[in-house]
Amino acid sequence: MFRFILHRLGMAVPTLLLISVMVFALIRFIPGDPALLMLGDMADAQSLAQMRSSLGLDHSVVTQYLIWIKSVLSGDLGFSISTRQAVLPLLLERFSVSATIVLVAVALATLIAVPVGLFAAWKQNSAMDLGLVAGATLLLSIPSFWLGLLLLYAFGIKLGWLPVVGYVMFADDPLKAITYLVLPIVTLTLVEFGAIARMARASTIEVLRLDYIAHARAKGLSEGAVLWRHALRNAFAPTWTLVGLILGNLLGGIAVLETVFTLPGVGRLMVDSIFARDYPVLQGCLLLITCIYVLVNLCVDLLYPLFDPRVKL
Amino acid sequence: MSAKRTLPAEPARSVAAPARRAWRYPPLNALIGGGLLLVLIGMALLGLVWTPYEPLRLDLLARFQAPSAAHWLGTDEFGRDALSRMMMGARTSLWISLLSVSFAVVAGTLIGMLAGYLRGWTDRVLMMLNDALLAFPGILMALGIMAIIGASQYGIVLALGIAYTPSVVRVVRGSVLSLRELEFVEASRVIGNSEFYTMLRHIAPNCLAPLCVLATSMFGWALLSESALSFLGLGVPPPAATWGSMLAASRPYIASAAWLGIFPGLFISLALLAINLFGDALRDRLDPRMRK
Repeated sequence: MFRFILHRLGMAVPTLLLISVMVFALIRFIPGDPALLMLGDMADAQSLAQMRSSLGLDHSVVTQYLIWIKSVLSGDLGFSISTRQAVLPLLLERFSVSATIVLVAVALATLIAVPVGLFAAWKQNSAMDLGLVAGATLLLSIPSFWLGLLLLYAFGIKLGWLPVVGYVMFADDPLKAITYLVLPIVTLTLVEFGAIARMARASTIEVLRLDYIAHARAKGLSEGAVLWRHALRNAFAPTWTLVGLILGNLLGGIAVLETVFTLPGVGRLMVDSIFARDYPVLQGCLLLITCIYVLVNLCVDLLYPLFDPRVKL
Repeated sequence: MSAKRTLPAEPARSVAAPARRAWRYPPLNALIGGGLLLVLIGMALLGLVWTPYEPLRLDLLARFQAPSAAHWLGTDEFGRDALSRMMMGARTSLWISLLSVSFAVVAGTLIGMLAGYLRGWTDRVLMMLNDALLAFPGILMALGIMAIIGASQYGIVLALGIAYTPSVVRVVRGSVLSLRELEFVEASRVIGNSEFYTMLRHIAPNCLAPLCVLATSMFGWALLSESALSFLGLGVPPPAATWGSMLAASRPYIASAAWLGIFPGLFISLALLAINLFGDALRDRLDPRMRK
């Protein structure tokens, strides 16, 4: 077990290093003086000279990277050009909003979609199954930003049940914060439900064809016991991998949903930083989200044996 | 003689028979998906030669008109006909998706075949870089690239193309690795064919099935990502229309002119539904594990 964890962690280190090289290179690809990019057009000559020496621009690219990665590892991601705030605290504050929505929505979608997928597989080719598959495929085809707009129109504008724009931090007023979070969470849950239910159904169908299921039935176990005790754990493993991928992808793609609901999340921060040419913030967002993506997939791999009894560490 | 007429020869049963039957009676998802896709492609092609109104023509007297006989899908905040812009958007959105997928398929196939066939250090270095690229969520990488090259039609193609190439590399390399050890590839080498000819003539065609399934899914991802980027304002710059940018432009008027937001989203969803259904049918047919 310990060796497996060490091995898997060892595999993540080169990936994280390569990601850091790519994020570093991405900003260096932008034409112009990196010091000017980092300080903005309004910078005076003295601060530009200071920035040049702190970025190591008079040294080789390798030294520049080493200087940069050293400051990143010590938690210094620079300062935002537009707000002059330190990048790391800004990122962490915005990330908490995005992470809350994504985690709650994916957890809800998984909790609903897995039993639904299992049931559909059990009743394969029945009218119920076909209806569920059609519904899941339909939900899978609706872009989150459109579904969000429709829900906003229905529950925010027409019915007036929920607020349309703005956000309150959870720590300030938990009840009010929830009213702002309901629609984004429902939107994401519905969209991801489609993908997870389809995967759960497909993997359960494969598992139900296996001999040990026939054996469990032949022993006289009830259908409920066969499904919950024997089929679910094996069928959940591939779904679990998909859940990990969805979590990572959502953190990258949440910007559109945050735009629809005007939420101050990390995705919106990144898009704003692109428009404002706020490169320190952009670099920080890219680095944070990709590192989290790698770590989420690492956690998924490490937790995999919990769900698949065939994988022993 | 008569016996011959009354007893026609029984057709030989072949393994191809079920496949032919499936071809004659295509599954429902292939029919619906393919039909929808054809309608949308037809709409995009028709938009090349004819639209009900000039998509970019402003008519300030006809602003925010609800759907009617004159303007089937209504008019926008500048009085432009929404249906004409939707047809223009179909052309742009489908064209960008097609080009991005083609870029990813060509680049990914070349790199994947090179890595899978040459193996050794070339393979290791290429796959290490590829895995690092795969560690970036696709849309995030596209956002990063758009930040460098700026918003433009071919900027999106490049950004999405680069973002999707690593998945193609993985699939092609996997197929090549399993194919290169097979006897018919060995036989091609033994009869004196060059490595290049063997790769092109014998290995490449056998990678086609998984590649087709992946390309269909990627077409959907590209369409969704293009719409998302346009929605964020990082897509094709105005006044050109894409479904995503039309949806984004409708946001301030959602309370008073809901149709402006409903139709572009509906078209994106229909296109994605068509691709998902068609992709499912294609996978069922081409993926041997899916055949019952």
